[in-house]
Amino acid sequence: MNPTPATSKSPAKDVEKDASMRKQKEMMAAHYDRLTSAPETGAKVCDTFVPGNLNELIMCFDLVNNLPEVNAIQNGLRRLSGGYVLEAEKIGHSEDVCTYVKSDLGMIAKGNLAPNGKKFPDPDVLLLSYTGCFTFMKWFELLRERYKCETIMLHTPYMGDGKFTRNMVEYMVKQLRDDVIPKLERISGVKFDIDRLRENLKRSVTAEDDLVGVLQTAKHRPSPIDAYFGGIYYIGPIFGAFRGTDDAIEYYRFLRAEVEERLAEGKGPVTPDGDMGKEKYRLVVEGPPNYTNFRQFWKMFYDEGAVVVASSYTKVGGVYDFGFRHDPSKPLETLAEYCLGVYTNRSLPMRIDMLSQYVRDYDADGLLINSIKSCNSFSAGQLLMMREVEKRTGKPAAFIESDLVDPRYFSAANIKNRLESYFQMIEQRRGAARAVA
Amino acid sequence: MGAPLNMATTTEIVAHATRLYEDLNFSSAREWKAAAPGRKVVGYLPIYVPREIIHAAGMLPLGIVGGGDQLEVIHGDAYYQSYICRIPRSTIELGVSGRLDFVDGMLFPSICDVIRNLSGMWKVMFPQVYSRYFDVPQNYVDDIGGNYYISELSELRQALGELRGKPITDEELAHSIALYNENRRLVRELYALRAQRPWQTPAAEVYLVVRAGLVLSVEQHSTLLREYLAAVSAEERPRRDNCRVVVTGVFCEQPPLNLIKSLELAGCYVVDDDLLLVTRWLTIDVSTEGDPLRNLALAFLHHSESTAAKYEPNEKEKGQHLVRAVKRSGAEGVIFASPSFCDPALLDRPILQHVLTAAGIPYIAFKYAENSGQMQPIREQAGTFADSIKLWSGQ
Repeated sequence: MNPTPATSKSPAKDVEKDASMRKQKEMMAAHYDRLTSAPETGAKVCDTFVPGNLNELIMCFDLVNNLPEVNAIQNGLRRLSGGYVLEAEKIGHSEDVCTYVKSDLGMIAKGNLAPNGKKFPDPDVLLLSYTGCFTFMKWFELLRERYKCETIMLHTPYMGDGKFTRNMVEYMVKQLRDDVIPKLERISGVKFDIDRLRENLKRSVTAEDDLVGVLQTAKHRPSPIDAYFGGIYYIGPIFGAFRGTDDAIEYYRFLRAEVEERLAEGKGPVTPDGDMGKEKYRLVVEGPPNYTNFRQFWKMFYDEGAVVVASSYTKVGGVYDFGFRHDPSKPLETLAEYCLGVYTNRSLPMRIDMLSQYVRDYDADGLLINSIKSCNSFSAGQLLMMREVEKRTGKPAAFIESDLVDPRYFSAANIKNRLESYFQMIEQRRGAARAVA
Repeated sequence: MGAPLNMATTTEIVAHATRLYEDLNFSSAREWKAAAPGRKVVGYLPIYVPREIIHAAGMLPLGIVGGGDQLEVIHGDAYYQSYICRIPRSTIELGVSGRLDFVDGMLFPSICDVIRNLSGMWKVMFPQVYSRYFDVPQNYVDDIGGNYYISELSELRQALGELRGKPITDEELAHSIALYNENRRLVRELYALRAQRPWQTPAAEVYLVVRAGLVLSVEQHSTLLREYLAAVSAEERPRRDNCRVVVTGVFCEQPPLNLIKSLELAGCYVVDDDLLLVTRWLTIDVSTEGDPLRNLALAFLHHSESTAAKYEPNEKEKGQHLVRAVKRSGAEGVIFASPSFCDPALLDRPILQHVLTAAGIPYIAFKYAENSGQMQPIREQAGTFADSIKLWSGQ
């Protein structure tokens, strides 16, 4: 979720960074320091997941949030995940399953080092927010076996019928009230204060407003942002350990001002090679990116003048652009509704509707799907989604395949070929449209 | 419907079950539907749905477990990437090829992300069919997960009542629960007999007879089970010098019948397994007194099988179901047979293997697909496992 390596032994001097990126890097580095110094400070650690991340609640108990997916991403960006995945396979994990899980387990087996080079502390609690991904449940069963610590299950029902029901919300609120909160009180030794939760939620709303403001600038031509590669930076704090904090408010206010300035100046996105050239193609992207070759992958787009104007991956930690905001007046219900609404907890027809709407609202040239070998939650059904979005919008769609953090499944030549063919297809469609006009 | 089938010998009964197994057009379910006006059929995927509610609506619950090794998948592959398991693509194939055109509803239980997403695909591809993702609680406290589940069951009851045009009554539900209680008792009896005398009840036969319950009405299936139990008890079959194994991981995509046969030919009597768990998911009789939905919910919460798709809240209990299955059936080892790309089975496997190691139970592992054709490597692996058990057990 956060492509900024929190600390890097060999800083890439040739990479252009926005001021917001530098700020985020500092935030991430401070977070990892806070996490790895927990044994000295006495802070207690709560491992949890990005989708269905209850950071506002976790903070009520003074727990430090640790997100294994984000650690896997960090290891992908730092080219460590390939070795970790192999290590996990060596100790008995199947080559067929999620590489986030295997990167995490391999990292643990190899010393469990955080990006700052210090050891991750063992968690005091695993908060299994089981939201939008079956693998989460197995992942934390595996970690529970390793750490022998208490594991709290929060089951988020799936929106199979395209909506959430009163029954689903009540079920989640009951789990939170009668199970999750009492256990977190016991483990942390901190009494739950609902007013503290409300304050945290209020802060979330402010950051959420600014995040949506940033993402929606992509409706302009040229788009001042890339809502996939750049968007992954933008979601880092809010999907990670910072939602509900003053740091997040400050970051998103800063980011929004930065992006609005680019918009006012008519600039396109900032890429690792500096300002992007002329915007030639506007795409909606479905699916997570590849992290092991992140920059190379991004370059294939900006070299061709392709900018991503909307993406589904930037909604896995919360869908805010259709109006949802955390509501401090109903603190537990709002946490439930947040979990229910995250992208991968939405039915396939909902996802098709959302992507079709993005293509229309962001005036995109088409849909590109990056199908991830590791992630059935995203990937199963994407070929049908592609056809449906094409049918509904009349815009061409394309399909590429890679993996999150397993470098064995990133084939640069193959992806580049497919992208070039796709851009040609868009050109042909434009030519045909001009001929008809 | 529960009249005797009058198939006196195991050969006849197994031949009948084999015909049902091989029939990819689901002729018996079609015939059931055509036998009276207004009848409806509701399909369901693994692992578990409360078939009692479908039956109480006067409908036929039809178990769909993919296309097996005889179905040529032509269209289904176009819907899935190469790294996704086989069952959804063959299920799509069954749908687009018209083999399920008589099915009025489809239930997709909570088992994994692939089947979950298939529920949405079905809504898009077959909008005329009632289809539902059937969620079950991962919290097993009565007034938390229990209440949620009762409401889910109520929604299903109401939807199926609307599908038939008349609400489902408590009496209808109680009657159906009683029939399924009896059916589960018979399946458990068959499993117990196999654990006791596996040479009398070969794994492939047991599989076929139990699997017939996916396409037959519960009444017909109970009759078939009774007749098979009577027939095999009346025969004496040769006893081989096989070891005894539990097969696990086979709860969703089905192994080819040849794979099951190969295990026994290689020297492993299968004395327990997690095939077709829907037929014995609830491990006790569900009460027929009082609120039927509450009874079904309580049975699910407190008396249902353990499997990878179900959260185990107690770490100490994780995997113990497998140790108990080994002890209960007198098994000497465990075979992990997992479909390729099956997240639940493959992610669970290392934990279960650690539990078995701690309990001193030997195991082997391999993967398969429903259309796997080459059995020689599996036969060699199972044969070596059987030999090692015979050579080294007790030392």
